[in-house]
Amino acid sequence: MEAVLATYQSTDTSAVTTWFKACTVKSIPENGGACVKYKDKQIAIFNFVRKNVWYACQNLCPHKMEMVLSRGMIGDADGIAKVACPLHKKTFSLESGENLNGDLPAIATYPIKIEDGFVYLGFSE
Amino acid sequence: MQRIVVIGNGMVGYKFCEKLVGLAKPGALDITVFGEEPRPAYDRVHLSAYFENRDAGSLELAPASWYSDNGIALITNQYVSDIDKENKTVQTKSGETHTYDQLVLATGSAPFVPPIQGVEKDGVFVYRTIEDLEGMMAYAEKIKDKKSNGKAAILGGGLLGLEAGKAVMDMGLEPHVVEFAPKLMPRQLDARSSKVLQLTLESLGIHIHLSKTTNQILGNGAITGMEFGEDDKLDVDMLIISAGIRPRDELAKTCGLATGTRGGIVVNHKMQTSDPSIYAIGEVALYNQMIYGLVAPGYDMAKVAANQIMGNTDEVMANDIDMSTKLKLIGVDVASFGSPFMPADKGHSIIFENKTKRLYKRINVSHDGKTLLGGILVGDAGDYNMLHQMYLNGMALPENAEELVVGARGEGGAAFGSAMDLPDTAQICSCESVSKGDICNSLLNEESSTLKDIVSCTKATTGCGGCKPMVVDLVNETLKSMGKVVKEVICEHFQYTRAELYDIVRVKGITSYDEALDTVGKGDGCEVCKPALASIFATIYNDTANKEAVIQDSNDRFLANIQRNGSYSVVPRIPGGEITPEKLIVLGQVAKKYDLYTKITGGQRIDLFGAELNDLPAIWQELIAAGFESGHAYGKALRTVKSCVGSTWCRYGMDESVSFAIELEERYKGLRSPHKLKGGVSGCIRECAEARGKDFGVIAVEGGWNLYVCGNGGAKPKHALLLAEQIDNKTVIKYLDRFLMYYIRTAAPLMRTAAWLEKLEGGIEQLKRIVVEDSLRLGDELELQMQALVDRYECEWKQAVENDEIRKRFQHFVNTEDRDDNMVFVPMREQKMPEAWAT
Ligand code: SRM
Ligand SMILES: Cc1cc2nc3c(=O)[nH]c(=O)nc-3n(C[C@H](O)[C@H](O)[C@H](O)COP(=O)(O)OP(=O)(O)OC[C@H]3O[C@@H](n4cnc5c(N)ncnc54)[C@H](O)[C@@H]3O)c2cc1C
Ligand code: SF4
Ligand code: FES
Repeated sequence: MEAVLATYQSTDTSAVTTWFKACTVKSIPENGGACVKYKDKQIAIFNFVRKNVWYACQNLCPHKMEMVLSRGMIGDADGIAKVACPLHKKTFSLESGENLNGDLPAIATYPIKIEDGFVYLGFSE
Repeated sequence: MQRIVVIGNGMVGYKFCEKLVGLAKPGALDITVFGEEPRPAYDRVHLSAYFENRDAGSLELAPASWYSDNGIALITNQYVSDIDKENKTVQTKSGETHTYDQLVLATGSAPFVPPIQGVEKDGVFVYRTIEDLEGMMAYAEKIKDKKSNGKAAILGGGLLGLEAGKAVMDMGLEPHVVEFAPKLMPRQLDARSSKVLQLTLESLGIHIHLSKTTNQILGNGAITGMEFGEDDKLDVDMLIISAGIRPRDELAKTCGLATGTRGGIVVNHKMQTSDPSIYAIGEVALYNQMIYGLVAPGYDMAKVAANQIMGNTDEVMANDIDMSTKLKLIGVDVASFGSPFMPADKGHSIIFENKTKRLYKRINVSHDGKTLLGGILVGDAGDYNMLHQMYLNGMALPENAEELVVGARGEGGAAFGSAMDLPDTAQICSCESVSKGDICNSLLNEESSTLKDIVSCTKATTGCGGCKPMVVDLVNETLKSMGKVVKEVICEHFQYTRAELYDIVRVKGITSYDEALDTVGKGDGCEVCKPALASIFATIYNDTANKEAVIQDSNDRFLANIQRNGSYSVVPRIPGGEITPEKLIVLGQVAKKYDLYTKITGGQRIDLFGAELNDLPAIWQELIAAGFESGHAYGKALRTVKSCVGSTWCRYGMDESVSFAIELEERYKGLRSPHKLKGGVSGCIRECAEARGKDFGVIAVEGGWNLYVCGNGGAKPKHALLLAEQIDNKTVIKYLDRFLMYYIRTAAPLMRTAAWLEKLEGGIEQLKRIVVEDSLRLGDELELQMQALVDRYECEWKQAVENDEIRKRFQHFVNTEDRDDNMVFVPMREQKMPEAWAT
């Protein structure tokens, strides 16, 4: 799984070479998340309606290497948007990917945009 | 290195060790402690709690590791049989010899067994050690197996005898207290208060026999009765002797230390015996020609001896020793302080008596009306702590001293000030010598900030516990004076406790999470307040977890428990553990079809593990078609009501436990709560359903069901406590409705019933008042609320499989039908399991 983990690297919007049309806006629950597949990657997408922001990050939780983050609850800690892993409630910033309640490695976050009712994810490969 | 040997590891012996290691530099002393009992020192004062919880561990004053951590060699199960004063050695029964520089005798006392003919018979017990209690309980069980109306007598109507009376009642036997004197608690009560107490005890079902001299214990081998006069007999199956104590001064006598004529080792105000290298403390010490059968003076003695040994020779025992006492446990308030009986030449008494309300109050006041000399309270000892403090601190009495007894006249005029009016030196916890100043200053200096801090740093309330209400008052008042609000809020988004939030949601009619956040919260929520509010909505409106899926805890969102590898488990409800062969076959077929690991759970049902998210709706569709419903194994909700087979099949069964367990499980299924809820129903006291290990437990007894509440297994096991006895099915449900609803409304998030009860002011007695006596007049409301929830029950899995929108939730990817290919199973014993985690 370590090898799998290494394939997830935070991507900066400026580096995006492909905008992948991932799903419709409606397929992601409001104030919750769901998972999409891109090549062999699993990406968690969150529609944070309260902040009016969309977030995308790896679905893999670096704690026990399980593909579960999209099923976690979202919220904020001191204003920072975060997701709590459903397995052991480790929380990660949806902005920087940083682990907020421990010292796990940060998760990768991806650029995301909404156009014509569709969700697009940005990748650099 | 100084060698200290302590004989006796009881309450006072332990306290001595604690004080000594607190004063000495680590490693400076070589301390060896001998204890005759098989275990380290335990809280004898709360010995009776053992009847309730049978948990010796919870009575321990300190674990065995505490002794080794503090460099103390503790040798339990070892009687010291000899002291050689000249050579300064002690010898153990097993023949070992140990030398000492200083020796401390903390051998306590033994129950006094009067030389009555027949006391050696089976079924005659004393009441001092855990082993005594175990013996009594085993014997009581034997009696109950033979007959349903067993009786037990207690010889002695003093403080301890009455406590034993309560214990007998809890063991399910009919209690009879036999007292030699013409009144109860002869050392603490006058004749009139004793009469009031007697009336109350009789109304509780304790039979009282006064002015009785026991001539003989009857029975052939085992006790069958007691004989007082020729035609005066009492049939009993068991006897507990509680006729006073005798100091265990046998060692002192054989080695030639000075002892009193009626026993006890003579000590001076330094706690030294007639040999200056030997100290005696606790119930074995004869100080001021008195043996003090209470723990607080013993603790003072321990402190003095430890200080003397460490060279702080100024620390000596006070001349006057406070013997004020408050009776615990029995369900009636009794207290006496200072000089309860006062000769007329010293002052006058103010007495209030109301026999119909079973109340008696007496205070003794000096002739000039300025000082309180003592008093007696029966029926309502609510004012005990304040009166006791006034007495101890010689505080000025109000102009009309009778107000202390009958209450102040006029609007809200309290005769007592608050605990805050006491002087800083006032001793609040006499067991641990903690003054008001110790408590308040620790808060003011910000060394502590909660009641818990105060208890752990001062140890106040950890002895007899009598000072608890006062300590709580002092902590709250002090924090208030510092402008601090004391409450446990949910999280950064809601500055309320769960109970407050529950009321707010109900009163304001808030129905969605965002509405709650916008009206009474802040920020965007988190994984703590979301499920907390989901639970509140569920118990007010009976919303299922499908209504607002994204605020549900992760398991509730997918109506299944997530497993190690991200797969899920499926647990259909099997009420009471009863299942038809047809349904069993369906479970097997479904498990086979979807390749699920199958296991019988600890909750009498079947768990199918390893289901992929995408398969959950199809699996449940098949189960529902076969008549199954959600088992809510994923929710903080009612889980199972475990049953034993009961009277339908079992030769001992007193009632149909399976039928009742099913009825209860059907009633409360789907009920969400602050934490999970489990129930149990046993058909007789053999308790095969382990009902007392559940949040609610029902046990069939002669004449109905006994209802127990607030137990659990898990991380901190606790036995459930008796809420009501011999009640019928309808009453069980009525009390359960009230109890569960009250718990749901007032508990903190993730607080199980046992922890909740621990926090409930007044504990089980208060809960009885609320549930059984309906003291808050909430009964009807709670029952109606519960009935509304019961009526609105819906199986949330049925909702889910019948609704295409909801079914979409159960997809691993939203952009393809592909399955999660990272999920790896490996074979295990003809089934499968998730691949192990790397770390
Ligand atoms: C399956 C089962 C073990 C088994 O194979 O037998 C089980 C499995 C789990 N238990 Fe349990 N407990 C199971 C019976 C028990 C029992 C025994 C009982 O109910 O008689 C207890 C002790 C009794 C009690 O609760 O008082 C028990 C005490 C716990 C606790 C500790 C609770 C506590 O208050 O200390 C937890 C943790 C928690 O709830 O926070 C827990 C939590 C869990 C969780 C939910 C852990 C989790 O969050 O994933 C496990 C989920 C398994 C799954 O995915 O389905 N489980 N668990 C049992 C399911 C019973 C059922 O039919 O629903
Ligand atoms: C049921 C009950 C309820 C009580 N309730 C209250 C109350 O509410 N308030 C209150 O203030 N007090 C109460 N007491 C009294 C209180 O428990 C005692 O005052 C206290 O335990 C005395 O402590 P101690 O260390 O002197 O004696 P103990 O606690 O009896 O300890 C003495 C220990 O020394 C051991 N020992 C004796 N001889 C030897 C030897 N030669 N070698 C090795 N070991 C030896 C004994 O086995 C024992 O373990 C109660 C007592 C009982 C039994
Ligand atoms: S005891 Fe622990 S490991 Fe076993 S099922 Fe319960 S929670 Fe899981
Ligand atoms: S696997 Fe995510 S917190 Fe443990």
